[in-house]
Amino acid sequence: MTLAELRRGQKAIIKDVSSVYIPLKLLEMGCLPGNSAELVQVAPFADPMYLNINGSHLAIRKETAMHIIIETTDE
Amino acid sequence: MSKQINVALIGNPNTGKTSVFNALTGLNQKVGNYPGITVEKKEGICKLPRGVKAHIIDLPGTYSLNASSLDENVVIELLLNKNDKDFPDVAVVVSDVENLKRNLLLFTQIKDLEIPTILVINMSDRMAYKGISLNIDFLEQKLETKIALVSTRKNKGINELKDLIANFKNLNTKPCLQASEIDKAYFDGLRKAFPNQLLYKLWLVITQDVNFGKVDRNTYESVADFKIKSKSDLKRLQQRETIKRYQFINEILKEGQTIDLKTAKDLRIKLDRILTHKVWGYLIFGIILLTIFQAIYDWAEVPMDFIDSTFASLSEWAKSVLPEGPFSSLITEGIIPGLGGIVIFIPQIAFLFLFISILEESGYMSRVVFLMDRIMRKFGLSGKSVVPLISGTACAIPAIMATRNIESWKERLITILVTPFTTCSARLPVYLIIIALVIPEGRFIGLSYQALTLMLLYLIGFATAVGSAYLLNKILKIKSKSFFVIEMPNYKLPLPRNVALTVVEKTKAFVFGAGKIILAISIVLWFLASYGPGEAFNNAETIVTEQYATANLSEAELQQKIASHKLEHSFIGITGRAIEPAIQPLGYDWKIGIAIVSSFAAREVFVGTLATIYSVGSDEEDTIKNRMAGEVNPILGGPLFNLASGISLLLFYAFAMQCMSTLAIVKRETNSWKWPFLQLVIMSGFAYIVALAAYQLLK
Repeated sequence: MTLAELRRGQKAIIKDVSSVYIPLKLLEMGCLPGNSAELVQVAPFADPMYLNINGSHLAIRKETAMHIIIETTDE
Repeated sequence: MSKQINVALIGNPNTGKTSVFNALTGLNQKVGNYPGITVEKKEGICKLPRGVKAHIIDLPGTYSLNASSLDENVVIELLLNKNDKDFPDVAVVVSDVENLKRNLLLFTQIKDLEIPTILVINMSDRMAYKGISLNIDFLEQKLETKIALVSTRKNKGINELKDLIANFKNLNTKPCLQASEIDKAYFDGLRKAFPNQLLYKLWLVITQDVNFGKVDRNTYESVADFKIKSKSDLKRLQQRETIKRYQFINEILKEGQTIDLKTAKDLRIKLDRILTHKVWGYLIFGIILLTIFQAIYDWAEVPMDFIDSTFASLSEWAKSVLPEGPFSSLITEGIIPGLGGIVIFIPQIAFLFLFISILEESGYMSRVVFLMDRIMRKFGLSGKSVVPLISGTACAIPAIMATRNIESWKERLITILVTPFTTCSARLPVYLIIIALVIPEGRFIGLSYQALTLMLLYLIGFATAVGSAYLLNKILKIKSKSFFVIEMPNYKLPLPRNVALTVVEKTKAFVFGAGKIILAISIVLWFLASYGPGEAFNNAETIVTEQYATANLSEAELQQKIASHKLEHSFIGITGRAIEPAIQPLGYDWKIGIAIVSSFAAREVFVGTLATIYSVGSDEEDTIKNRMAGEVNPILGGPLFNLASGISLLLFYAFAMQCMSTLAIVKRETNSWKWPFLQLVIMSGFAYIVALAAYQLLK
């Protein structure tokens, strides 16, 4: 599944990041394969998404999140 | 005497880098610009033990050494140019204890440049609160550095940091990881081609568009000895480099940092549930804005009245002590009223900067960006356009510079074009004085009519900005990738010292910047109003005395008639009456016309201009407001500033593009005269039409 489908409170591990669509800046902020991702809050219409990625809190748009492949982890 | 130590403060945004800078330099700092560009350059002097001094530069915040904006470019250009006079003897990387993982990325890059580097772990007072403990010795060893645990809030660790800076020669310059492993063959080729250059420096020059010194990237690429990679290959390598760095960081933090989640408290989540909520979030934002406007109006009233009357008596006092003559009248009728027109707005401008700086410092501004992104996108803007639009209420110039972090060029261009519609502090003087003259006093559910009018003007500004963005989004055919990422920093209680320094510095810049223009214009205006060509001006006394010979006027009344006759036939009167036909349908007389024309240099000149014109035209000293209230419409009779002409003026100032500095900055940021020219013509034309319609409907 992609990051865009993550629900609030759900935790996931990033599996793949498409370097064609994702700018270097987002990678530098920790959005890399192997790192954790969690949805903190969504704005109205579920866009943008407020995420905790690898301990960094950041917000990105849904269209960007669609290019990040994740796998949910159950705890 | 020893040489100064050059120190560069580097760090991610939101790490409290500026607090560290303030703690090190105190009030010994100055703000300027990097030569040729509009990026702010903050530097200061720090006294170290044993009489040594350090020259400290607070570099713009950046997430890495891969620049994506003008501000970030400054960091790289300095770090790559050994010949720059500011090239650091020691780099101080400021990190935030809660975001160590991400902050260390930049640190490892700087280590690769083999510059002596100190790591500051800031906000260390929050470690217990967050359940974080650090193995400092281990981290120092793995990162090949010295660490200073600092808390600017509790004023801890600053002396230790100063000691480390003073002893920077003991720092080692070994990189903490081997970045070249990401593509051994390629980097070996590089090393062979340029044996005398630092490998990581070469890599940065190849991947960025930086010009440093006299060597640009083309000289590197033109050497046939190593193969040139395509752009996408380079990007893939940069991605691999980033992954490698994070692997290293994750590994050492696994051992060097423990986070006990049981003891960790998180206020952020609780606050964000409310502050970014789809209903409460917007409601709270609205209440905050409302409070700010009410405060600007109410709290600033007392100091403003005080300043107003002080300047009136200052003028009177100067008149009584200075010998009579042109010099005395230049001072009392030109300079003092002109300056009074700007000094009076210091309280309000300071309040505005105070609120904006609190919103930014506390971390709340990012939440607003988050809340507004979806809505703003509908109008072709970005959530990040909210920051320029809000700080545009202080001044369009820093606001337009604040658009630099908007990733998409189209969204950024539209933001730049519409930002001047927001009500900047230079419009405030004009609004305030006209509102005071034409809007009745009285209250509506606790809010004064006057404050509500002001609020309405701000809303009109925003609405026009957003509306024209919508149109521009439809008209402009620019293809650009839409992308958006913003850090959501933790909530922080703003440090009073940081806020105070920002307010003082910004207010000072505004007053001196505007003050210079106003002083110059006041002097020119005074001259034009005090001298005139021909008979009508030079023989004013004889003409007026003859004219009123039978009218039996008192001496004072006669003097008044002479003064206004003189003014009407002075250079300025002649010019004013030449443009009068164009502005009469808007409800203005020629004096307002002159004020409008002169405020195309800067809006706030309006009040100063009127003050100068009116004080040349009258004898007694009075406040600016009382003088304006006493003006009579030459054609219709009745007060010149009534509801119709007042509203017309307010709307004219709301829409017209009257700021040369903004036009200059737009030219610089868009790299073309086309955009500022269009702004000037379209905004001012629109202003004229709206003001005309308003006056004709209301009169």
